[in-house]
Amino acid sequence: MTDFSKLVGLDPDEVVTHSYVRDITLPSGKVLALITLDNGRDHTRPSTLGPATLLEFSGVLDGLKTRAAKKEIDAVAVTGKQFILAAGADLSKVSEIPDRETGLLMAKLGHESLGKLGGYLGVPSFVYTNGLALGGGVEIGLNADYRTIDSSAAAIALPEVFLGIIPGWGGAWLLPNLIGIENALEVVISNPLKNNKVLKPHEVFDLGMADAIFGPANFLEDSLKWTDGVLTGKTKVKRKNEPGKIERAVKWDVAIGIADKMLASRIGRVAKSPYQALELLKAAKNTDKKTGFAAEDEALADLISGDQFRASIYAFNLVQKRAKKPAGAPDKALAQKVTKVGVIGAGLMASQFALLFVRRLQVPVIITDLDQARVDKGVATIHGEIDDLLAKKRISADEANRLKALVTGTTDKADFADCDWVIEAVFEELGVKQQVFADVERYISPEAILATNTSSLSVEQIGAKLKNPERVVGFHFFNPVAVMPLIEVVKTPKTTDAALSTAMVTAAKLRKNAVITADTPGFVVNRILAKLLGEAMHAVEQGTPFETVVEAVRPFGLPMDPFVLLDLVGLKVGAHVLDTHHGAFPERFFESAALHELAEANVLLEKDGKGKPTGKIDKKAIAIVEKHRPKDAKALTAEELRLRVEDGLADEIHRMLEGKVVEAAEDIDLCLILGAGWPFQMGGATPYLDRVGASERVFGATFHTPRIVGVA
Amino acid sequence: MAERSDVVFVDGVRTPFGRAGEKGQYWNTRADDLIVKAIIGLLERNPNLPPERVDDVAIAATTQTGDQGLTIGRTSAILAGLPLSVPGFSIDRMCAGAMTSVATIGSMIGFGQYDIGIAGGVEHMGHHPMGEGADPNPRFLAEKLVDPEALNMGNTAERLHDRFPSLTKERADRFGLRSQQKVAAAYAAGKIQPDLIPVAIKSEAGWGLATQDEGMRPETTLEGLAMLKTPFRPHGRVTAGNASPLTDGATVSLLASADVAKDLGLGAKMRMVSFGFAGVEPEVMGIGPIPSTEKALRKAGLTIDDIGLFELNEAFSVQVLSLLEHFGIDDEDPRVNPWGGAIAIGHPLAATGVRLMIQLARQFEERPDVRYGLTAMCVGLGQGGSVIWENPNFKGGKR
Repeated sequence: MTDFSKLVGLDPDEVVTHSYVRDITLPSGKVLALITLDNGRDHTRPSTLGPATLLEFSGVLDGLKTRAAKKEIDAVAVTGKQFILAAGADLSKVSEIPDRETGLLMAKLGHESLGKLGGYLGVPSFVYTNGLALGGGVEIGLNADYRTIDSSAAAIALPEVFLGIIPGWGGAWLLPNLIGIENALEVVISNPLKNNKVLKPHEVFDLGMADAIFGPANFLEDSLKWTDGVLTGKTKVKRKNEPGKIERAVKWDVAIGIADKMLASRIGRVAKSPYQALELLKAAKNTDKKTGFAAEDEALADLISGDQFRASIYAFNLVQKRAKKPAGAPDKALAQKVTKVGVIGAGLMASQFALLFVRRLQVPVIITDLDQARVDKGVATIHGEIDDLLAKKRISADEANRLKALVTGTTDKADFADCDWVIEAVFEELGVKQQVFADVERYISPEAILATNTSSLSVEQIGAKLKNPERVVGFHFFNPVAVMPLIEVVKTPKTTDAALSTAMVTAAKLRKNAVITADTPGFVVNRILAKLLGEAMHAVEQGTPFETVVEAVRPFGLPMDPFVLLDLVGLKVGAHVLDTHHGAFPERFFESAALHELAEANVLLEKDGKGKPTGKIDKKAIAIVEKHRPKDAKALTAEELRLRVEDGLADEIHRMLEGKVVEAAEDIDLCLILGAGWPFQMGGATPYLDRVGASERVFGATFHTPRIVGVA
Repeated sequence: MAERSDVVFVDGVRTPFGRAGEKGQYWNTRADDLIVKAIIGLLERNPNLPPERVDDVAIAATTQTGDQGLTIGRTSAILAGLPLSVPGFSIDRMCAGAMTSVATIGSMIGFGQYDIGIAGGVEHMGHHPMGEGADPNPRFLAEKLVDPEALNMGNTAERLHDRFPSLTKERADRFGLRSQQKVAAAYAAGKIQPDLIPVAIKSEAGWGLATQDEGMRPETTLEGLAMLKTPFRPHGRVTAGNASPLTDGATVSLLASADVAKDLGLGAKMRMVSFGFAGVEPEVMGIGPIPSTEKALRKAGLTIDDIGLFELNEAFSVQVLSLLEHFGIDDEDPRVNPWGGAIAIGHPLAATGVRLMIQLARQFEERPDVRYGLTAMCVGLGQGGSVIWENPNFKGGKR
């Protein structure tokens, strides 16, 4: 075995998951050695697979091999502590991996330990997935000869690609050879990229990742009984998805080719891990296990020591940890109870708010608008949405009745009197917002929270004419409200801790991640996007071809290029956002007259008969932009523009931090990941800006010390 | 109008029994999980039973709190995956809990209200030591209604020795030894195991599987027994060797009207003939089965001589011996507890009644010459319970 001492030394404090062994006599009289993986903590600290854990597991398997040779045992099985098999590799110390060689060791250790479940013991091996299994946890099972799964297991997934690596402890080679290439592509690549979708136990069984599925009440007993059947030959295991000759000869490469194209169109070619995974899956078609595992070793070593993985882990920790403990949030105990919610406005946005609040808070929600017809329409829309949820069986009939009864409408703001939380979703104009808040303030208690969903106005000014402006907060959702996980909670200089705390607690109850921002134009997400879109529009106005702009920002690996983004948010909204930022910071943000005219003409992306973008820019749009070209226009190369955008972003984020818009660079990244879908491999924005040198160029330092970069 | 019907014991299963306490196999297993696993095992063994046909689930537990609380008959029905339409309730008659479950469900079927019922019991004496949380009324003491000593079962057994001097420690020890030997022989012959439902057990050393009773001491000798301490009295007679150990376990049975059992093809291992419960002085609770058996015989129109097999709970040797002596039966009569009893297997209070029935049912299969059998047991605070069963395999012959 390889010497892994260097790896173990990295984490002297590893929470070791021990491998306990107990012999079990099966009904036939055969003896099974059952390994229980248990880190001695409760289910809130899932068992993980660190170096010491894997070495212990490996040693235990050595001992069992000896016992098998002596005919003391007839089989080996592995299961986990209650509710959990294993949550995969222990990633707590990956940022301390000093070099590629250590990364390679990490890959090899997985293969050399878990791999012993495959053909090494001299007796059949079984894995009983009794609960949560992620990454390396799933690979324990894949390495074994047979698998069962508990029908109540919380989640099963190979999330490696989501984190910038690949299933490198056997998963990339074993899985396609077990369940076929198309299924493996879904599990290894598609699911991680679908916001890290996990498999439910019955899906695991249907895919063929488990040979049998049993209910939770008797899972272990039934698994043991089933094992006895397999050992005695009474139970025959059939694997319908195991790839045959035809699949290998015909289907395999085609599936890889399709997946490659899909990937490129969906996420571009910047993120490395999905393509690396694709290559491994491709090679698994006709390589033997040893070769496959060696390829995994190299791939994993490359990725673990690279920039993207480090940035991804940084991003993962932001989403998993920082998002749950928002920086600067006041004591939760200060939060006021929200027992009734008022929504001003009955339009589309207001209806989305009302639906979200009533579903998550389950308190009365009252909506209002200028006239009864609009109110009725709003209530009807919300009731319709609730009926849809019922039809999709997302809620029960009783729950639908409960929710519908909670939603009412009025044209009389006096009905808002007992609301503790009022949110407005009216026209984005200061005077209008000031007016509706002043109207409602006459009726509500002096402490009731007034929340505004403004994206471009000053929250402080919206509250300027109120008797109690200290209860005003910004509560900026992202569209679509039900889906996007971010709320920017805007604190004005007057906002009290009680109001801020109420906003944060309410956001959490809405199951959103809230980031506290100062009351500055665009807050976080819109300001960054305004910078990017302003540069993009400026460049095309200057005669830079649209394609060059797209090419310039391609190395970022953003979910969509600037023009697709403009099309998505709406050209009018986009033009307005640019105007707002140009108004606030004229020397740094571009306005775009061209964009206004494009919005007027409602043309930008070329679309086919069905309204689907063709990937090109509409010729009319090109003509309109040309009209706005100044005399001294200077087209940029992709390289020039990329540097401009990188430096512009670094400068703006630096200024935002200087201006204390948020507590730290981490919060900016969190906002961009959650609110704009910026990729993990960028770490949001700042790790990327550090690693491409933009931070150094602009302000002579970095956002992170040390920089979040690989070691290769 | 509902028609009265014959009641049959279709089937019964149990978990292996465990030693109560931290070192016992079930220390990390919940009581409700034990009964749930037993119910699931019962349902799996009887695939002809449509689960929605179960009319009720009666589960006994002496201490009805914690993992034995919350109306365990209902919770365990839900946890075992029975349809939500199947109701459930809890029963407590201390040691005769499961027997009372059977008597109750049997009566519901016999009176024609139910077709099929599940009856059982569970006691996790490790999690729920005897008398846990009890708050006896001070009147018991003030009015001398019950001697405080009567609340301790070991003391009541010593009192039985006082009352019947002929029941010596030596006889009690010998009976205890025979119990160990008979259980060991039954295990060796594979008589007990078929009705055990294995239970996955957690321990700090990983998952294991409980497949047999944990309290057995086949190495027991008379000499060894003589050396044991008498914890209830200095120089007393009751020892760990002639008493049942503290035990965790669950038992469950399927009862049905004879007609419905036939219609569904469920089979019938025993037919319920009669039952009786009776009270005695709490200080000598061990003689409780004598009057309860007399009641049951009377209702059945039988005499003790009609009984071909006895499954008597061995809470204490002396208490079984008192019944045998009362009815003039020899200590070593082969009809009595042929496969041993609670002294070796253990006595998880409210679960034991059905364990007696499971063993009697198995013996009926082997003994077509026997027509009637008795299951009987004593109960704390001075009670006894008895159920008389008829063997459907009876082919005539002796009795």
